[in-house]
Amino acid sequence: MTEKVDITLNINGCDYAVRVEPRRTLVDVIRDDCGQTGTHIGCEHGVCGACTIILDNEAVRSCLMFAVQAQGKRIRTVEGLADGDKLHPLQTAFMTHHALQCGFCTPGFLMLAVNALETNPDMSEDEILDLLASNLCRCTGYQNIIKAVRNTAAEMRRARA
Amino acid sequence: MRWVGRSIHRLEDPALVRGDGRFTGDLKAANWVRFVRSPVASGCITRISWPEGAPVFTSAELEQIKPIRPLLHNFNYVPISQPVLAMDVVRFVGEPVAAVLAPTQEQAEDLADLVDVQIEPMPAIADARDAMIAGAPRVHALAADNIALDARFKTAGVDAAMTSAHRRIRIEIRSRRQNALPLEPRAAHAAWDRNSGRVTLTCTTQMPHVMRTIIAELIGMPESDLRVIAPDVGGGFGQKMSLSPEFVVVTWLARRLRTSVSWLEDRRENLIACFHSRDQQIALEGGFDADARLVAVSADILANVGAYSCYPTTCGVEPLMAMAEMPGPYDVREYACSARAVLTHTCPMAPYRGVSRPVITVAIERLMDKAAAAFNLDPIEIRRRNLIRSFPYTSATGLVLDQASYVETMDAALQAAGVAVFRARQAHARAQGRHLGLGLATFCERTGYGTPAFAARGMEVTPGWETVEMTMDPSGWIEARIGASPHGQGLRTTLAQIIADELGTSPDRVKIVHGDTDRTPYGWGTFASRSVVIAGGATLMAARKVRAKLTTMAGILLEAAAEDIVLEADAARVAGTDRAIAIETLARAAYHQAHRFKGEIGPGIADTATYDPAGTFSNACHVAIVEVDVETGGVILENFVVAEDAGRLINPMIVDGQIQGGVAQGIANALLEEIVYDDAGNILTATLADYLSPSAREIPAIEIRHLETLADASVTKAKGLGEGGAIGAPAAILNAINDALSPLGVSIDEFPATPRRIREAVKAAAQSKRPS
Repeated sequence: MTEKVDITLNINGCDYAVRVEPRRTLVDVIRDDCGQTGTHIGCEHGVCGACTIILDNEAVRSCLMFAVQAQGKRIRTVEGLADGDKLHPLQTAFMTHHALQCGFCTPGFLMLAVNALETNPDMSEDEILDLLASNLCRCTGYQNIIKAVRNTAAEMRRARA
Repeated sequence: MRWVGRSIHRLEDPALVRGDGRFTGDLKAANWVRFVRSPVASGCITRISWPEGAPVFTSAELEQIKPIRPLLHNFNYVPISQPVLAMDVVRFVGEPVAAVLAPTQEQAEDLADLVDVQIEPMPAIADARDAMIAGAPRVHALAADNIALDARFKTAGVDAAMTSAHRRIRIEIRSRRQNALPLEPRAAHAAWDRNSGRVTLTCTTQMPHVMRTIIAELIGMPESDLRVIAPDVGGGFGQKMSLSPEFVVVTWLARRLRTSVSWLEDRRENLIACFHSRDQQIALEGGFDADARLVAVSADILANVGAYSCYPTTCGVEPLMAMAEMPGPYDVREYACSARAVLTHTCPMAPYRGVSRPVITVAIERLMDKAAAAFNLDPIEIRRRNLIRSFPYTSATGLVLDQASYVETMDAALQAAGVAVFRARQAHARAQGRHLGLGLATFCERTGYGTPAFAARGMEVTPGWETVEMTMDPSGWIEARIGASPHGQGLRTTLAQIIADELGTSPDRVKIVHGDTDRTPYGWGTFASRSVVIAGGATLMAARKVRAKLTTMAGILLEAAAEDIVLEADAARVAGTDRAIAIETLARAAYHQAHRFKGEIGPGIADTATYDPAGTFSNACHVAIVEVDVETGGVILENFVVAEDAGRLINPMIVDGQIQGGVAQGIANALLEEIVYDDAGNILTATLADYLSPSAREIPAIEIRHLETLADASVTKAKGLGEGGAIGAPAAILNAINDALSPLGVSIDEFPATPRRIREAVKAAAQSKRPS
């Protein structure tokens, strides 16, 4: 397991050629080898969701995957959400609705919700709650995160109409 | 335009939403540490072995490091000590026994697996009452009967008042153990610098200066050779204010090996070996007169404080807080209390948001509801008769409760909750066999207390004051360097709003520097709902001094009296005229044209202020409405209302966020989270699948009402409220559950009120009613 293999990870459109042990988790490689430290590690057993990233069109826990499994897939992390100085509407909504305090869980919640907004833009209130119950936040009591996602969904619907 | 009172966006947020936050775990190091931990609760280390030549460190290698020995000079405190790595004996599952070093985290974990620790197990005790039985195994030889602190308090007339009371009500409550569970586990990165010989320790802490002092002292190095940085910190809730022995080891390794060393705690380590809290048993008796007025209170408090005493507060923090504040917002003159800290073979206790107050609020608020039932009174009415109404009020334990709004917040909360409508709905539901309940908790929250309050506990390390250094640079921008150390509370934004108003500028021209002992004045950090009161007060006082200098300078340049100068829109103006000078011109002149002030005033713009207040009391009333499913024991929180009074709101959005987050932790405390040990001291809740933290599904929308009593005890008139949400919620929810189940004759006084506990109570009540 300690013999290293060469893989290429595509993160936010950039290729990273890295040599890793097959046992290394995706989140460790994203953070340590690719230097993208916006994705955080909260539990390493798939409960808290701080490490949530988007893999192709799916929000996944990057602590529950090996880096070698992500080769050939499109990885998106929090660093790829903003377009230069222009924040993603959900990032702005998190600020407007005070949906973060310490900010440690924030990247995971953003990636979880961005993927849902892209794949299921007409989420019902119940679906939003179900979705956000996937991740843990210790600071906010969740209501402001729910508001931020609900309002961004409505905004995106208006923009489409 | 004033900035105080406005919900401006937080200055902290843009970096955090981009993933540009800088947390300790983001730093790279040449070496990674893994700690080998004790798998047993109690035992003698007989042998530790590892592959020859591997970089493994035990207490033998670390013999120059002094043990952690927190001190309290009062209350029969026993000064037990803790070696940073276990020496000879282990006292709890998870206690660090050895540290290993490797170039990567994975290799460090591999090496840790090869360290063989032989331990001869000894009998262990996990429960406080078991530990007090004669002949129970001793956790420390120094502490007979495993009592680390034994505090007594008694007013002269309490026995007589209790004896002659019209009615005496007794209650026993049990709070199970909690973990504060910040989402970022502990982390430490220490780097030695060849040129200066100094070590920079970046770590997850709420009190960087205090960490610098104690770590340098334990290692025996000059404090000036240690720089402590608290970068972005992913939540603390008190857990990150106490000294972690692991931080001492990491710092020592970097200095000894002349390298950089990093440690990242994993969640299992956090759950088993970081600090726990709230493991308490309280027996409370209230004596009431014929009008249901409380005339005497007697309390027996046992706090299970685990295997060691935490630094700097000591293991006295929970029992002493409980003893001092038990009577809460009620007018009662006679009071007796016994408060003990009991040592067990479990993870050490340390402060967690609210410290003892979530537990004592459950005790006194359950007592009030029981008394109301005994007097056949509405729970609202019995509180109305007993709440303190005239201020200042000196409590039985000598605390001075300043101007507040205990009755008014209760009325506001009840109005928001719609009590009359609820009672009708409850009666209707009962007729259908459904169990709805409403519970309230009224409480006061001691906040923003300085050295006198901590000195009263006899603490060797007596926290309290805060210093703020403020500079205006030659371009007219402001920098405030603070000793407080926020970790998610948005204090940078709040302080910038205070400064902006005082100096006639906007918050985006203010930089707040914190969390770096090289850059900030010595201070105590962020805990105990103190930052906005004490650091905020020192900030306002420093800003007033800077303001005085600016108006004096402007007066000289504009040939007007300083008192006629107003600062607004980044200019100094002679009031009522158009004669003005831009702040940046004034600032530049202060540095580059000091001669223009004719020696009347010195060059530069910099000043310092220190604030050490006696403290103040915020207050609130929480109301919970629940439905209990008696078949499953499940509780659904239908509605939760908070009416609070924390004085002036500086940023209402941030205030509401603190309340919502605190209530969420209180809900977890009341219904979900519990650290469980078996009788042998094995911890059974070592993952987030066992220790149940609430998700978005379990936390309802919380309705918040504000009252603003502007008291003189705080220079900013803000009273502080970081802990209040967590303090009131458990009592309100337990009272609501008991209200819902009152037709069944059930009293649930142990929490979290899990489905199992509720089911057992319902079954037991049904059995006791059955004719035998």
